Amino acid sequence: MVRLLALMAFLIMGAVASLAAHAAGVPKPVIKIENPGQCIAATEDMRVNHMNMLGHQRDRSLRQGIRGEKANLNGCINCHASKTTGSVIGKDGFCESCHTYTAVKVDCWQCHQPKAGYKAAGIKP
Amino acid sequence: MTEPNDKSRRGFLGAAAVGAAGLGVAAIAPGLHLIEVSQASAPSQGASSKVRWGMLIDTTKCASGCDACVKACNTENGINEVLKDPRQASQWIRKIDLKDPKSGIAHSLPMMCQHCEHPPCVDVCPTGASMKRADGIVLVDRHTCIGCRYCMLACPYKARSFVHMTLTEQNPEVPRGQGCVESCTFCVQRVDKGQIPACVEACANAEHNAMLFGDLNDLNSAIAQRVAQVKTTQVRADLKLNVGVRYQGI
Ligand code: SF4
Ligand code: SF4
Repeated sequence: MVRLLALMAFLIMGAVASLAAHAAGVPKPVIKIENPGQCIAATEDMRVNHMNMLGHQRDRSLRQGIRGEKANLNGCINCHASKTTGSVIGKDGFCESCHTYTAVKVDCWQCHQPKAGYKAAGIKP
Repeated sequence: MTEPNDKSRRGFLGAAAVGAAGLGVAAIAPGLHLIEVSQASAPSQGASSKVRWGMLIDTTKCASGCDACVKACNTENGINEVLKDPRQASQWIRKIDLKDPKSGIAHSLPMMCQHCEHPPCVDVCPTGASMKRADGIVLVDRHTCIGCRYCMLACPYKARSFVHMTLTEQNPEVPRGQGCVESCTFCVQRVDKGQIPACVEACANAEHNAMLFGDLNDLNSAIAQRVAQVKTTQVRADLKLNVGVRYQGI
């Protein structure tokens, strides 16, 4: 009986230790809201559905020319860009930090500008 | 066109739960947030098929050696990458100098996507990325473009370019990136705000006034009236593409 208890205690301690190690091994994403205020929807909704909102909006915007919808990528960027880097990507960037944590690759930034209010320059032809 | 499936299981369950809560208005259990409808201004109506955007270029006013339109286009659309091989550089608009060897008469003119009514680029595109808006503006949906460049071969006006390198300096309103084809958009981001394309504005600022932009369908517009009064030319009219960009004086 004593031996059994000891074994159980050992197993439980092992489990707790491994859980702790696990928790320490996966750093949680840094979610900094740089411009606190009213988002277009509740946090729970945004977490689950932001990709669908943006996916539908982009088609209407590009193909039908409907502008100024509630969900739009530049709107997200303008609120969520870091005050230090001006961007939503990079380490601890609003988009990148969660997407790295969840291992979901986003291709948005291959074409879209991740910096808020960025002024592009042209080259001499 | 990419329309993600709305009827996902999660969406269905959510809708069922809201229905059970009784129309899903106000009185929802604590911890369940109701989505506040944002009070932002209503979205625009979008492109209308009553409109046909077009451009009229007066080659008698266009000055040889002037590239104000090209510079303005590059700035507006964030075309600022420098390529090792300049032949690969994106050209949304370019200046062309023509000379008739017999008479010696010379013309200078800007050439860009002609925003065809029957665009071959759209016909050949295997993915549906090349598309024409209801108001006649021809665009590439980069979300769908696979970079096959079939449209570049199909376009009779050599209007399209392929982006060869990774870009980071885009204008937030003009997304563009490696691996996709692109061309003149009539500055759709400006037109949708009621402004004229950057090239047309730059030409007027340079006091050449060789470019006129407007709605070809609106009989009261300056462009429709000019097209009704003076002889204008569609480049390669024999192809019967009914282009939106017309030239005067060639
Ligand atoms: S000019 Fe070329 S790119 Fe523009 S609509 Fe016509 S075929 Fe397409
Ligand atoms: S390059 Fe893109 S837009 Fe052009 S034909 Fe291929 S998929 Fe269509």
